[in-house]
Amino acid sequence: MLVLEDVHVYYGAIHALKGISLQVNQGEIVTLIGSNGAGKSTSLKTISGLLRPKQGKISFNGEDLSKIPPQKIVAKGISQVPEGRRIFANMTVSENLDMGAYLRKDKSGIKQDVERVFELFPRLKERKSQVAGTLSGGEQQMLAMGRALMSRPQLLLLDEPSMGLAPILVKQIFTIIQEINAQGTTILLVEQNAHMALSIANRAYVLETGKIALGGQAQDLAASEDVRKAYLGG
Amino acid sequence: MHSITELLQQLVYGLSLGSIYALIALGYTMVYGIVKLINFAHGDVMMVGAYMGWLAITVFHFPFFPAILFAMIVAAIAGIIIERAAYKPLRNATRIAALITAIGVSLFLEYGGMLVVGAQMRTYPNVFPETMYKIGGITFKFGDIVMLVTALVLMLLLHFTVQYTKIGKAMRASSFDMEAALLMGVNVNTTISATFAIGSALAAAAGVLYGIYFNSIDPLMGITPGLKAFVAAVLGGIGIIPGAMVGGLVLGVTESLVSGLGASTWRDAVAFLILILVLIIKPSGLFGKNLREKV
Repeated sequence: MLVLEDVHVYYGAIHALKGISLQVNQGEIVTLIGSNGAGKSTSLKTISGLLRPKQGKISFNGEDLSKIPPQKIVAKGISQVPEGRRIFANMTVSENLDMGAYLRKDKSGIKQDVERVFELFPRLKERKSQVAGTLSGGEQQMLAMGRALMSRPQLLLLDEPSMGLAPILVKQIFTIIQEINAQGTTILLVEQNAHMALSIANRAYVLETGKIALGGQAQDLAASEDVRKAYLGG
Repeated sequence: MHSITELLQQLVYGLSLGSIYALIALGYTMVYGIVKLINFAHGDVMMVGAYMGWLAITVFHFPFFPAILFAMIVAAIAGIIIERAAYKPLRNATRIAALITAIGVSLFLEYGGMLVVGAQMRTYPNVFPETMYKIGGITFKFGDIVMLVTALVLMLLLHFTVQYTKIGKAMRASSFDMEAALLMGVNVNTTISATFAIGSALAAAAGVLYGIYFNSIDPLMGITPGLKAFVAAVLGGIGIIPGAMVGGLVLGVTESLVSGLGASTWRDAVAFLILILVLIIKPSGLFGKNLREKV
């Protein structure tokens, strides 16, 4: 579904991604783990078109994405929940969800999807006319995810959904990620919480200073000595 | 000022003038909200609008409403062109570069305008009958009422657009977080163009009203009201739409009260005194908070 081949990305003079290749197949949960500054968020930003690869190929369902502007990439079926949630804090919960469906014109379909988001996250329904900036951190994460689902993506990119959340909420969010996947959305998950990420993923890649250091079945990586030492705290 | 009626009378004048400031201030604040640029050419766009209204009334013999609409459309197009030609190439440049460019655009419009229409003043046609209404000793001129109502209707329309339409939501979202808006599929270029178009159209409407209010226009007429509208925008909290409306009205009323006290030579000074006080006491403006509604 999504294929990255030898992707190089620079921030000015900084070589952030040094030739990344990875693949996400339809229906999978794939996770990208690694320490701070390894290039996890950069990878997702590049897939969404916010950053441009200097070299390499990104293709989605066989189509080259590297020259397509971000707003058109959303239309192709890739949606991102950015790091730090980035909800529109000045707008209400409902308005945030409307923004997620910005490119859609099928009013009844949008209505259905709002209901679907409210089923996944009942808390959002209770707070639908509340200004998003007043939500708690967990609720904001739910809103960011709900908003991303409103474009009916084939592929959902999640950047650090567990960041800053209490363990119980992290568990809840990860259960919902599995549920979203079970409903037919393919997921590429970036996480520092490698333990949680590996527990729900089918496959995983380990990113180290802009390069893929390891890749394989999630359970194999979780069992691997190197990964345990480096990312799972022994 | 000798009596309460006179005070109320000045209040009425002040509201008319203030609604003009408010219309101009809205453009400043909307553009700032989305691209973080103080568009110093904004007052000159108002001048362009005033001339377009003049053209429509005296040459095409349009009545008031079609004339103001004509001025708004031309100015909207001018606003889009200015943004695309002058500001868009600098979107990722430093803010000071864009600011200096805005001053350049301002001078271009002022002296380019002079080249086209001449430097002399022109009398603005009197489009309204001289009818007056007296209510409890306060005089309402027919024209003043139309102006005030026009300004209020435009502000309501703007409020509706920003709150409930798709483009309005895109504007609010982009002004809050442009990258997040891109991830929603918002075409940020189109949204910025729309913001300039709406802001410029409101300025043009203000230009026509200003021409009618003061009876004369010239190519440098945009400078003073432009600066005052900037004060109004800062007073309300730059980037905040209701702030610009209230800031404009407060400034207009203050000026008019100062004139009413017999100190009319001081009215411009008072406007800038307000700016200084706001910057010292509450730089975020009357409506400025941490969590704010910006466009």
